[in-house]
Amino acid sequence: MKKLSLSVIGMYLMMAHAFSQGPIVDTAGYKPRKLKLDEVNLVSSYYDQTADKSAVMGGRTDYKGNADVTDFANGIDVTLIGWDKKQRKNTLSVGLGIDYHTAASQAYVDSNGTSRNDGTRIYPTINWSRENDKKGTSFGIGAYYSAEHNFYHSLGLNASVSKKTKNNGEFSLKVLSYFDQIKMIYPTEFIPVDSIKSTSTTDSIVYITSASGTTEAVNFSNGQVVGKSQKPQIPSKSRDTYTASLSFSQVFNQRMQGSIELDMVYQSGYLGLPFHRVFYNTGKDTIENLPSNRFKLPVGFRLNYFLGDNIIIRSYYRFYADSWGLISNTFNLEVPVKITPFFSISPFYRFYIQTAARYFAPYEVHTENEQYFTSNYALAAFRSNLFGAGLRLAPPRGIFTNSLRVLEIRYGHYMQTTDLNANIISLNLVFK
Amino acid sequence: MKNHSAIKCRFAIVTVLGLVSCAHVKEYQKSRINDSEMSLSNRHVEKNELSAETYREGSSGANGGKTGGGCGCN
Repeated sequence: MKKLSLSVIGMYLMMAHAFSQGPIVDTAGYKPRKLKLDEVNLVSSYYDQTADKSAVMGGRTDYKGNADVTDFANGIDVTLIGWDKKQRKNTLSVGLGIDYHTAASQAYVDSNGTSRNDGTRIYPTINWSRENDKKGTSFGIGAYYSAEHNFYHSLGLNASVSKKTKNNGEFSLKVLSYFDQIKMIYPTEFIPVDSIKSTSTTDSIVYITSASGTTEAVNFSNGQVVGKSQKPQIPSKSRDTYTASLSFSQVFNQRMQGSIELDMVYQSGYLGLPFHRVFYNTGKDTIENLPSNRFKLPVGFRLNYFLGDNIIIRSYYRFYADSWGLISNTFNLEVPVKITPFFSISPFYRFYIQTAARYFAPYEVHTENEQYFTSNYALAAFRSNLFGAGLRLAPPRGIFTNSLRVLEIRYGHYMQTTDLNANIISLNLVFK
Repeated sequence: MKNHSAIKCRFAIVTVLGLVSCAHVKEYQKSRINDSEMSLSNRHVEKNELSAETYREGSSGANGGKTGGGCGCN
């Protein structure tokens, strides 16, 4: 009871402070307020993976199939909130993410294992939403861009609407589109020599596209690099993704709420990657070839329950099926335990199981008369387990300073039956 | 045996209906529901964990995360 009282007092303090920074909506003296900084969210993660059977080497299990990865990801999201003349809440969120990775398999885009094995990814986002409390409706739009390691570009657009019901429920509809461009960087043994052009009667120029994606003009007579200004463009192929996402959430009682989310996803275009090799049963290698469209149908259920005064049970289940014959089930359970009203420990466990896509086969199993083939183990049959724990600290008066309101650390250990093992540690800081 | 199945079936129906026909919860009764850890979405701190799962596994979506777009090439 004492803890419950502290919780209520704590929540009151948090709410009182939050309200002290914003306008009171339902008063006669209401004034619209321009967008003002509300929250800054920082997330950093370090991911470390050991694996073999890399897709670049067609699922080989020897040292050449090394699929070790490290990834250092950092993201910042800034949220601004304001109210207009009609007392509608406007929220603008601007984000930027930067990842740096190393991937052992990337070195083997060059068959000698000498390609660059690191790279960066930059991904800015912007989202705006308008919420009408009186009507219980909201509307939002957003855009996303990602440049991955200079050879993959993705542009995303989204729009969403939601409507609250009279009985503590809410319907949402979101549509998203991603328009991706993939540079066709092939393993070195498949690099086409684009052309041989004469610049004079005696000199001839050879254009060579290297595994790192750069193309150089080389003098065929003396081997010197003549320049890069005349280099031909590496061709790109497109991949489009369209998603309609429907969800409904409901408060069941004072302690329990749940939701259901259904996504309908259609992808078209080049759905493989040009540097993923496949080795036939004859020993000869080629590049993976996958159908040019894919329909995905995942449906997810969440149910959260507040048990007593200190324990929360967060549960999630997802069923997934797609047109490539892949079916999966995901179970997730997290149990935050509130040691104090503002400090919690959250052990979690996730179990995942999938069947193989019908186009998958391991190293040197595919035959040359197959139309579609891949040895990417993300499409193989496997099970995975993820377990770990998180710590969350959110005192109402801040941590060290008044502006740092939430500090969250989370560690997870991930194990796949394909011999892929990974550790990930993440830190989230929220400033108000 | 048939009686047992019928009882189980009725129990399941009553349970489901009990969940759906939820009690009306007033705003002042939502202190637990409004707890930040009761949120029906992923935590911010899970963002990169979900991203890794999306690229290492064959399925994605219905979890507030990405359904496509992006390479995850490493």
